[in-house]
Amino acid sequence: MKRSKKIEESFFKVLMVIATYSILAVLALIMYSIFAKGIKAMSWEVLTTVPSGGYYYGKGGGILNAILGSLSLAFGATLLAFLIGLPVALYINVFLVRYKNAVRMIRFILDLVWGIPSIVYGAFGFSMMILLGIQTSLLAGTITVTLFILPIMIRSMDEILRTVPIGLSEAAYSLGSNKSELAFKIFTRQTISGIITAILLSFGRGIGDAASVLFTAGYTDNLPNSLMEPVATLPLSIFFQLSSPVPAVQDRAYASALVLTLIILLVSLFSRGLGKRYHKTKINF
Amino acid sequence: MMLDMEMNKIHIENLNVFAGRQQILKDININIPKNKITVILGPSGCGKTTLLKCMNRLTDLYPELKVTGKVLINDKNVLDPHADIVTLRQYMGLLMQRPYPLPMTIYNNIAYGLKLRGVKSRRDLHKQVMHYLQLANLWDEVRHRLREPASRLSIGQQQRLCLARGLAVNPEIILADEPTSALDPISSQYIETKFTELKNDYTIVLVTHVLRQARRIADYVVFMYLGEVIEQGTVEEVFGNPKMEKTKQYLGGTFN
Ligand SMILES: Nc1ncnc2c1ncn2[C@@H]1O[C@H](COP(=O)(O)OP(=O)(O)OP(=O)(O)O)[C@@H](O)[C@H]1O
Ligand SMILES: [Mg+2]
Repeated sequence: MKRSKKIEESFFKVLMVIATYSILAVLALIMYSIFAKGIKAMSWEVLTTVPSGGYYYGKGGGILNAILGSLSLAFGATLLAFLIGLPVALYINVFLVRYKNAVRMIRFILDLVWGIPSIVYGAFGFSMMILLGIQTSLLAGTITVTLFILPIMIRSMDEILRTVPIGLSEAAYSLGSNKSELAFKIFTRQTISGIITAILLSFGRGIGDAASVLFTAGYTDNLPNSLMEPVATLPLSIFFQLSSPVPAVQDRAYASALVLTLIILLVSLFSRGLGKRYHKTKINF
Repeated sequence: MMLDMEMNKIHIENLNVFAGRQQILKDININIPKNKITVILGPSGCGKTTLLKCMNRLTDLYPELKVTGKVLINDKNVLDPHADIVTLRQYMGLLMQRPYPLPMTIYNNIAYGLKLRGVKSRRDLHKQVMHYLQLANLWDEVRHRLREPASRLSIGQQQRLCLARGLAVNPEIILADEPTSALDPISSQYIETKFTELKNDYTIVLVTHVLRQARRIADYVVFMYLGEVIEQGTVEEVFGNPKMEKTKQYLGGTFN
């Protein structure tokens, strides 16, 4: 009896160890291949110039168009999603809390739309563009990515706002706050680092997604001069470069992947650091 | 001691609170005298906190609670759904069982209520923040760290910060739910003495488990058991000559 328990335990322990290390190994392999191939092709030129004519056949130039394009698109979309998402999340947690069924329903719907693949958002954005007569452009891409990250933004802020203890609401109400003061002065302050984490999470999802910008942002070798012009993005630039038959261009695809990975890594490290700070200043009882 | 009807600050009439099928408060009728300390006594879970929450309608935050009856303050029914509850709540300063400092600096914890009350100029704010922190016996400990987040204070300090914050909205009534339970004997003694001073300007409703404390500072005593008011009266009546068997047992410590 005791012996079999011991064998069982060591069996599962070995299983967990194997699972953990194989996952880590796969992750390490992915990172290694991106870094190894990416660094080889990385240069100042790649980072600071736009593609010259014949870039995709191995001529000179870089991916500045895609770097700036992705950054501006993701910044714009994150900003929009934040401006829409924060009031929604606050509304759910301050004004609607009484109506438990409604809140449950809203959360369920948001979780559903969170799960919709981004290509569907891309297709939706595209059909809207046709309806409104808009070309592929920075504007159309930004709006589509906004829609795509909105549920992520709202639900992750919602989850953090839910952690505000009811005693804090009671304290604020008893001082004579109304609901909007409670929402914008108390809830946002109490959860500020969680809100920033939600913003960074949404930014990371937005900047890394290819399918939602495929039909909507278009692609260009130049930097757009207005919101109505097409814009290049890193995921699509990786795709186009990998599709090239020239090995040197394929290597530059890895350089682009490296840039994208580093941006996302930076963002998540940043939000990790915030998370730590958040726990330090949290009130403990 | 005579307790005249005219001298009553809060009238509670036929107050009932239900949570689903369970009845938490049963037909409560209390008159709380003005400028006196009314102590609410009773074993854990008998509904003391719920009673306090009815008085400034924090029960709104719990959709599962159904409240009926009347709580009249200055002849206004707090429980009336059309009542201006934001203003009514400012008549009452609340000290909760656990301190919940607002997520801001020590200074702003006090200034928040002052600003809601309409205090605008920086000089007035500064003066009053100092005044209320002194009133709660916290000023000397925090005068050099007013810009620190209030969450860094110890629990006992937070409790006193919450007292200062509650007084800063300039209420007429203080509702205090075991305000000294997290405090050391000295601070606790201080708060007790403070309350006896404060009753000249405020009407105080205090929940406590400490019978000796109740005896020391109460003018009026309400004894509750399982959601009902068993006995109420002046401190001399209830402590000196309790009428009900349950009250005798509770005060005698032979309660089960
Ligand atoms: N929102 C709620 N939903 C359901 N039951 C509740 C709710 N709030 C309080 N109760 C119940 O009502 C009863 C009274 O609770 P209350 O907190 O008022 O007691 P109390 O007298 O303050 O106790 P203590 O001395 O331990 O603080 C308890 O049985 C509690 O479980
Ligand atoms: Mg209680």
